[in-house]
Amino acid sequence: MYKILKKTQFSEKVFEFRVEAPQMAKKAHAGQFLMVRANEQGERVPFTLAGWNAEEGWIEFIFMVIGKTTEMLSTYNEGDELQDVTGPLGNPTELEGDRVVVLGGGVGLAIAYPVARTFCEQGKKVSVIMGARTKDLLILTDQFKALPLEGLYITTDDGSEGEKGVVTAPLERLCQEKAVDAAFCVGPVPMMKFSALTAEKYGLPIVASLNPIMVDGTGMCGCCRVEVGGKTKFACVDGPDFDATQVDWNDLRARQGSYRTEEGQAMEAYKEESCACHR
Amino acid sequence: MPQVNGKYKPNMKAPRTPYVEELPEERAQDFRPVDRGYSMADAVAEANRCLDCKNPKCVQGCPVNINIPGFIEKIREGNFGGGLDIIREASLLPSVCGRVCPQENQCEGNCVLNNKDRAIAIGQLERFLGDNATELAHDPEIKPSNGKKVAVVGSGPSGIACAGELARNGYEVTVFEAFFTGGGVLTYGIPEFRLPKKIVKREIDGLEKLGVKFEYNSVVGRITDAKELFEEQGFDAMYLAVGAGLPKFLNVPGENLPGVFCANEYLTRVNLMKAEKFPEFDTPTKHGKNVVVFGGGNVAMDAARTALRLGADTVTLAYRRTEEEMPARKAELHHAKQEGVQILPLVSPLEFEADENGFVSKVKLERMELGEPDESGRRRPHPVEGSEFEIPCDVAVTAIGTNANPFPKLAAEDVALNKWGYIEADENGRTSDPRIWAGGDIVTGAATVILAMGAGKKAAHSMMEALEA
Ligand SMILES: Cc1cc2nc3c(=O)[nH]c(=O)nc-3n(C[C@H](O)[C@H](O)[C@H](O)COP(=O)(O)OP(=O)(O)OC[C@H]3O[C@@H](n4cnc5c(N)ncnc54)[C@H](O)[C@@H]3O)c2cc1C
Ligand SMILES: Cc1cc2nc3c(=O)[nH]c(=O)nc-3n(C[C@H](O)[C@H](O)[C@H](O)COP(=O)(O)OP(=O)(O)OC[C@H]3O[C@@H](n4cnc5c(N)ncnc54)[C@H](O)[C@@H]3O)c2cc1C
Ligand code: SF4
Ligand code: SF4
Ligand code: FES
Ligand SMILES: [Mg+2]
Repeated sequence: MYKILKKTQFSEKVFEFRVEAPQMAKKAHAGQFLMVRANEQGERVPFTLAGWNAEEGWIEFIFMVIGKTTEMLSTYNEGDELQDVTGPLGNPTELEGDRVVVLGGGVGLAIAYPVARTFCEQGKKVSVIMGARTKDLLILTDQFKALPLEGLYITTDDGSEGEKGVVTAPLERLCQEKAVDAAFCVGPVPMMKFSALTAEKYGLPIVASLNPIMVDGTGMCGCCRVEVGGKTKFACVDGPDFDATQVDWNDLRARQGSYRTEEGQAMEAYKEESCACHR
Repeated sequence: MPQVNGKYKPNMKAPRTPYVEELPEERAQDFRPVDRGYSMADAVAEANRCLDCKNPKCVQGCPVNINIPGFIEKIREGNFGGGLDIIREASLLPSVCGRVCPQENQCEGNCVLNNKDRAIAIGQLERFLGDNATELAHDPEIKPSNGKKVAVVGSGPSGIACAGELARNGYEVTVFEAFFTGGGVLTYGIPEFRLPKKIVKREIDGLEKLGVKFEYNSVVGRITDAKELFEEQGFDAMYLAVGAGLPKFLNVPGENLPGVFCANEYLTRVNLMKAEKFPEFDTPTKHGKNVVVFGGGNVAMDAARTALRLGADTVTLAYRRTEEEMPARKAELHHAKQEGVQILPLVSPLEFEADENGFVSKVKLERMELGEPDESGRRRPHPVEGSEFEIPCDVAVTAIGTNANPFPKLAAEDVALNKWGYIEADENGRTSDPRIWAGGDIVTGAATVILAMGAGKKAAHSMMEALEA
């Protein structure tokens, strides 16, 4: 069992857990992830490591509520225990170059934030481009603003915050100004795909942190397979970061949606069971 | 026991003692065990058929050379505890191996009565003792602690065997396991209807009673590694038993469509994560109407039979060769067919196609014919030109083998690997690093439970020799 030492709510749907895990804290690196199983009936879901402290023996992850498991996790409180936490898994994020840009879209911002923070700590000059469909889906804005960034660019599809449009516009400007040496992106597939196309146009190296569905996270099940450069790779052991210009995006997107129907059912069953009339 | 002039005289006429099997159409509705095994009377009757050969061929067929006529004699005498004692000299997992060994190629295949299908049911007898005689057997002697620490990586049959052997000999053993529970493939791969999970749990509980510590959720190579275990945590030796690992794929178009699984995923979702109980359990799976499984081994059989139990209307097992060449245990093929799995021999997949929602909906196949034998001695299949055809398929499962697990390099960087990425180890499990042993599927490639078990036991003895020197 893994005890929740601290719960922080960043916005309506975004939470951070600090979890007691001394051995994991010693080995954590940015870009790596955890597999979390909330309880005996729970599924194993991956979350990116968002923070850690080896002296105090804890790790942190940030999650956004989007379905049954994350909804249920949001009801856990300080002092509660998570059934299982496995990690750190996957390869740490590595990016060559002193001037980097981190692009995060939607839930991907939860992954982009710890990566951007680590780049700052490594002494890189970091720019961040945040994107979301609309203002309410922009998460961790204050946390990003608190980082010592070269620049912070915000885009929303509907213009409700920052500039109207998508993340590729500021990326294109940074490329034209030759202001960055490399890019890291994470978010919905279209966002990563177009970021990759834009970067490629300017010859800017770009890695994407891929988020296919995972089961074991140790290379055994093959569920997280992605096509990169025409080869089958396992995101959990070969990634999660890959050269974004080589990824077969259609494939990834289709596989991410494999369980849409079942995910809806799970949410419905959960609401039913946790609504007031059943307590 | 049948005797003539005070000497044992085997019952030569009787056929193999049958056992009660659940009706195929009923058992394929859920995950209950396929058969109920031998009763005491059955076991004795079967034991009475053994010829008690002076030069027992069966023993040569068993990879760990269990003294088979020896334990059968004890069954005959009604000394079940004594029978289990004999098995335990060579094997630590009789309840498991009695169920899953490919007996027809090993002990039973070698039995002198094998012609005319009358081989002694050695597997059933072994399982009978493993399941029923634990309380009657001698508790193995446990040596006092010698203060030496061994790290075992992986809790599959190989890790379990090594840990048990060492713990009994006074070693302080910690097993590191990536998953939240133990057993390896015995837990997440082989389904409940072939190997009830309570048996696996009993073995793990037994190790805990011996003082073996289990560190679950611990992926060695990530959360710790050999260097740290030796230099900071005071371990004296390490056994790497991380299993085979990464699944292979068919490399045909459409293989990544939703609805196309590799068997490891398909089986893990059910066996480990209880997806058949979704949404009570959170892990979903796909309940296909028309399921096609690719492969001809035990893994393919398990996937096909699991699909039936998840409610499929049709389950087709597509295989490149014919039934005779299938590497699966004969019993599994037999049970699968009984339950309604259809065998489609001599075909090879060309492409998976999607419906309008992007989910797999059919597979295009071509016919094969068998040509000259290849290096494995099996006749090599060749495509028949112009023989393409399609079958509907809303779930496809590939079970065509595995590649090496990527963790040995991360866990222990000095351990030499062969060109396929498996660990190089000698017959005692010694690797190129003098403090590290390895065994099971990560050395041999995907093999069998009994070989993995035997390797673990052997490595434990080699380790003890080295650590006592
Ligand atoms: C390497 C990696 C790192 C991630 N890091 C974070 C993070 O730091 N913060 C965060 O909020 N989210 C992260 N995610 C996504 C997170 O795992 C999903 O949001 C979560 O599993 C949703 O579960 P649910 O039951 O609430 O939603 P559901 O309704 O079940 O699923 C919603 C969507 O999430 C995805 N998903 C569902 N199950 C899984 C699974 N087992 N594995 C991967 N994706 C799944 C699917 O695309 C699905 O359509 C990460 C994913 C990956 C692969
Ligand atoms: C579906 C299926 C059916 C089978 N049927 C049969 C059968 O009928 N008869 C038969 O004899 N054989 C059968 N086999 C083969 C048999 O199960 C294997 O040969 C055997 O389990 C190998 O044992 P092992 O201990 O080497 O590895 P495994 O059983 O694979 O166990 C390895 C363990 O190591 C863990 N691990 C991996 N990496 C790490 C790490 N870095 N750190 C910590 N832990 C780690 C894994 O989670 C796993 O628990 C079957 C296999 C499958 C998949
Ligand atoms: S361990 Fe396997 S091969 Fe050996 S006797 Fe038992 S069933 Fe036969
Ligand atoms: S070969 Fe057959 S008959 Fe002979 S001892 Fe072995 S099991 Fe008995
Ligand atoms: S999640 Fe199973 S192989 Fe990556
Ligand atoms: Mg879910």
